Amino acid sequence: MIGGMEGGVDAQSLISISLMKIHNSRTQRGGIKLHKNLLVSYVLRNARQVYIKEKYAEIYRMQQYEEVMTVCNEIQELNPLDLDAEEADEEERSRGEESSVCGAALQRGAAQPAALCRTGSAVSGCCPLEDVGKDPEPSYYRSCCMEAPPAAPCDPFTGSGGAHCNKTTVLDLDTHVVTTVENGFLHQDCCCAPTGQSAAKKRKVEFGCCVSDLDDVPDFTRKRAKREDCSFSDYTDTSNISNLISIFGSGFSGLLSRQADLEQICSKQALASLGAWTRAIVAF
Amino acid sequence: MYVFEEERKSYLKADIISTVEFNSSGELLATGDKGGRVVVFQREQESKSQPQRRGEYNVYSTFQSHEPEFDYLKSLEIEEKINKIKWLPQQNAAYFLLSTNDKTVKLWKISERDKRPEGYNLKDEDGRIRDPSTITSLRVPVLQPMDLMVEATARRVFSNAHTYHINSISVNSDLQTFISTDDLRVNLWNLEITDRSFNIVDIKPANMEELTEVITSAEFHPQQCHTFAYSSSKGSIRLCDMRQAALCDKHCKYFEEPEDPSTRSFFSEIISSISDVKFSHNGRYLMTRDYLTVKVWDLQMENKPLETYQVHDYLRGKLCSLYENDCIFDKFECVWNGSDSVIMTGSYNNFFRMFDRNTKRDVTLEASRENSKPRAILKPRKVCVGGKRRKDEISVDSLDFSKKILHTTWHPHENIIAVAATNNLYIFQDKVN
Repeated sequence: MIGGMEGGVDAQSLISISLMKIHNSRTQRGGIKLHKNLLVSYVLRNARQVYIKEKYAEIYRMQQYEEVMTVCNEIQELNPLDLDAEEADEEERSRGEESSVCGAALQRGAAQPAALCRTGSAVSGCCPLEDVGKDPEPSYYRSCCMEAPPAAPCDPFTGSGGAHCNKTTVLDLDTHVVTTVENGFLHQDCCCAPTGQSAAKKRKVEFGCCVSDLDDVPDFTRKRAKREDCSFSDYTDTSNISNLISIFGSGFSGLLSRQADLEQICSKQALASLGAWTRAIVAF
Repeated sequence: MYVFEEERKSYLKADIISTVEFNSSGELLATGDKGGRVVVFQREQESKSQPQRRGEYNVYSTFQSHEPEFDYLKSLEIEEKINKIKWLPQQNAAYFLLSTNDKTVKLWKISERDKRPEGYNLKDEDGRIRDPSTITSLRVPVLQPMDLMVEATARRVFSNAHTYHINSISVNSDLQTFISTDDLRVNLWNLEITDRSFNIVDIKPANMEELTEVITSAEFHPQQCHTFAYSSSKGSIRLCDMRQAALCDKHCKYFEEPEDPSTRSFFSEIISSISDVKFSHNGRYLMTRDYLTVKVWDLQMENKPLETYQVHDYLRGKLCSLYENDCIFDKFECVWNGSDSVIMTGSYNNFFRMFDRNTKRDVTLEASRENSKPRAILKPRKVCVGGKRRKDEISVDSLDFSKKILHTTWHPHENIIAVAATNNLYIFQDKVN
């Protein structure tokens, strides 16, 4: 795939440049140039592929980190000499479970937002918990996950033992926004819902050339921007780009065949690593 | 000051040459510009009294070929820019050429008038009608010589056949038909019939969202009147035979070189898009130009080109900035010399490159006023790609990307080339021994 490219070429900036070109082409004298816009859409697709790949890789790295952390917690809990802290251990364990389940839910949600996160009626339900078969206290988890949205990030791991991670990633399953809390500072990451299956309504954007079709794009992006604005306090350009990416994702089906494959592979990888962990949860 | 500069820009913009073409004898050279004008140059007769003026080209005719139009249905302005000019072989005293903008092809007749009739009975020398009562005798008008006048008249207008932008036209060797090509379709016309054309290639998908490639250029085979080739934005060329079917969607031959995965980048699709395709004069080879290379294909070998020439490979590391400033979308043309032994194409900084297919030598030359006085010999130029820059070399970062040579043409028989550098036309000839 595309990798090891011109040093320092930022996928995000390429995406914004490409979208600007497409937007400007509408006002160009002589009408929209089909050939040029097609080539720009290829760059957009390529940059989007890299961007999504990077995002998946980031989530995968976070998930692996969480796995390691949880194993470390378990090792600590199993210290037989620490009798007084047994209750505390149980608490921690359950918290660890919760956090791990929560983590699993988050990660699973990240991997396949559309497939898994539909059943909950809550705002951002941790519905995958039900699939797991365990019956935790739903309200707790819901509140845990509900804190995921930007206002108050969910921080399921900081409660666990000494393993204090100063970086927490939370995925809002509804709006698919990834929020990172790092050393107490909130980072609004980009929307990582690139798939065409995203729960959000998608209007098909016809690339079909010429006249009025591309008129729809900016309007739609404005509407979608408004929707996102309601959710978040600070709305960055990168979120805008992510939304536009998803718009184009639905529109260029002919260009996306390769991209869909990539996403499948990334999803499968994420899921494969989760598989062992969810089995562990069920055992508990 | 700002307004003045803007006006100046628009003035210059109309003068930007958008196409150049020698006619089949090399006697005439036509240029089209962004303002819709065609300027035709004619070669001077070589005279013994002035041997140093060895067949120089002077302005022969100037006319406005296309005007800006407005498509009211789509609310789109149609640019007057001349995209292509193609000459028809000369069959009588007059010259004929086809010129096209984005939507309309026109056939122009350029003819000379050097005599005029004088001695009319019913009108006087000024053209005013005489009072019949003053006419007392009859006389026969006679043709008297007059100052040479070259007039251009539009003989045919081929319009309303293209939804997308016309990128090329090509006259058939049968001298009766020609093709016009836009992004998705190729149409076949008869030179005599303007209200009808036949669509022979249509690559428009049923769902435009599934569009993955467009046609970038098409040309008839120089000898076989049933064969034509068209290039695509995906870097492939298709050869079609009109005898096979009315609709030539199914190609006879498909030329494509597999992509090298090690060079994959964000811009792979853009740089592989073919901007020009030309048959060799002998009809055995095809030449294609993409952003960084020129390739020569043998018509008998479809899986890879016969020869590949790097035009300006030093730009490979600059593709991102070239994308930002839109230079990556520049459509360079390529030309054969008369004997198909040398190929030429343009580059940036007013450089153009020639590749000798036999000796495998190449040269970079520059078209600029500062560096070439009349009769001066062009000095080869060199771009420094890294390391220490020599005295006469120019570094990649110093290249002026606003000075680009997109259009060039080569005299059909002699070593005379015409190079369009923005709004200037340079004509170079072989050194006189």
